[in-house]
Amino acid sequence: MRRDLLLTAGVGLLFLAVWQAIVLIGGYPPYILPSPFAVAGRLASAAGTGILFPHLLTTLVEIALGLALGVSTALLLGFLLARSRLADRLLSPYLVAAQATPILALAPVIVLWFGSGLLSKVLICALICFFPMVVATTVGLRSIDPRLVELARSLRATQRQLIRTIEVPAALPQILGGLKVAVTLSVVGAIVAEWAGGDRGLGVLINLARGSLFDIPLMFATLVVIAGLGVTLYLLVVLVERRLVGAPHQRS
Amino acid sequence: MLDRVRLAVPEGGVVAVVGPSGCGKSTLLRIVAGLLSLDGGTVRLLGDPVTGPDARVGLVFQEPRLLPWRSARENVAYPLELRGVPRAERLARADELLASVGLDGFGDARPAQLSGGMAQRVGLARALVLAPPVLLLDEPFGALDALTRDRLDAELLGLWERAGSTIVLVTHSIPEAVFLADRVVVLSPRPGRVVAEIPVALPRPRRWADLDGVESGRAAAAIRRALEESADPEAGE
Repeated sequence: MRRDLLLTAGVGLLFLAVWQAIVLIGGYPPYILPSPFAVAGRLASAAGTGILFPHLLTTLVEIALGLALGVSTALLLGFLLARSRLADRLLSPYLVAAQATPILALAPVIVLWFGSGLLSKVLICALICFFPMVVATTVGLRSIDPRLVELARSLRATQRQLIRTIEVPAALPQILGGLKVAVTLSVVGAIVAEWAGGDRGLGVLINLARGSLFDIPLMFATLVVIAGLGVTLYLLVVLVERRLVGAPHQRS
Repeated sequence: MLDRVRLAVPEGGVVAVVGPSGCGKSTLLRIVAGLLSLDGGTVRLLGDPVTGPDARVGLVFQEPRLLPWRSARENVAYPLELRGVPRAERLARADELLASVGLDGFGDARPAQLSGGMAQRVGLARALVLAPPVLLLDEPFGALDALTRDRLDAELLGLWERAGSTIVLVTHSIPEAVFLADRVVVLSPRPGRVVAEIPVALPRPRRWADLDGVESGRAAAAIRRALEESADPEAGE
């Protein structure tokens, strides 16, 4: 485990070293490719002057609400699809069609309908999280060992008990797998939504840094924050997974 | 699957059902357990017609069928949990049951960490946790090695002698049937019918060492003969 962490850190350092080498060898100016040091310095100053936090907070709120909405609806619908062949046959083609339509193309339409406030961001964010969660939930619930269901039935479990003691725990590994994809996509959703219209958020900050501020190191610093946000959310899910399901090697 | 099966199991007795693969012995057990419904006919359990799973029946499956995400203790406590027994009480009861099947100290183990025999013991403990008057076992130790199986059979008899429950056991092992049962019911190939009922007049408590006697030899031979005759095409449908 410790060795893994060291290796991961090593890969990160290698990446930074290559980046720095490219800057040095290519002699690029900071407005094309700032060095890792310049980006780190700009990140520190942006955090210090308070330009970063309001944007970060806005994006975090959008992600939190979008995830909550997208994941909860997906769990409910996934449950329905796993239960009912009819619902599956009626709805699945449209779900796939909705997923296949690029979120970049949908976002402006959603902003057009719901305004450029928080609501449209939450909706776009929820939409992008939705599909992987539905698929994970449906697959998880469908792959439950029917013998365990029979056991619960022989013990006269009620429908609710069956869901709570068999279906949810059995489908949990798959659901958490879907959640890993969903949280990373939720960051993408929030940024895309902010680009489609908005006055605050990390996506807006990128646009500002690239445009009117012309502060390319700040743009890179924002990218680092966005990537860090995705990684943090992902690791949070891994942590929950460890608690609820156990580490991968402990699973049967 | 089954055809004109008439079978009466006396309370407190042990009946073994033996038959070729696919004759419907497991189906018969599932019908008694209330997991399958009948096309026709009736099954009575302790006087009441069976309409669905009954709390007075403990069921042991061919495989341990444990919930892999739960510890052994929580698996044994599962039937109590479904009946709303408070957590501390049901876990204490589960520990007692684990001790009674020889798994003292294994309460925290996950099913994946247990050997096949230990996992099946957990399954047996779970079936006994509600102290059911009727115990149904579907080839319970068939997947285990012969020595483990013999030991578990002997322990099952010990538990039965103390609890005095009624046992119906499906098996494809003639020695196991003779060792455990008061009466061995032989089913024909599909559609399963009762072709013989062979009493086993061995004294109890029984030990595997007692099985070398004349009576067990007679019973085993009678079972074998019934199986062979029913497998004969002339005797078939």
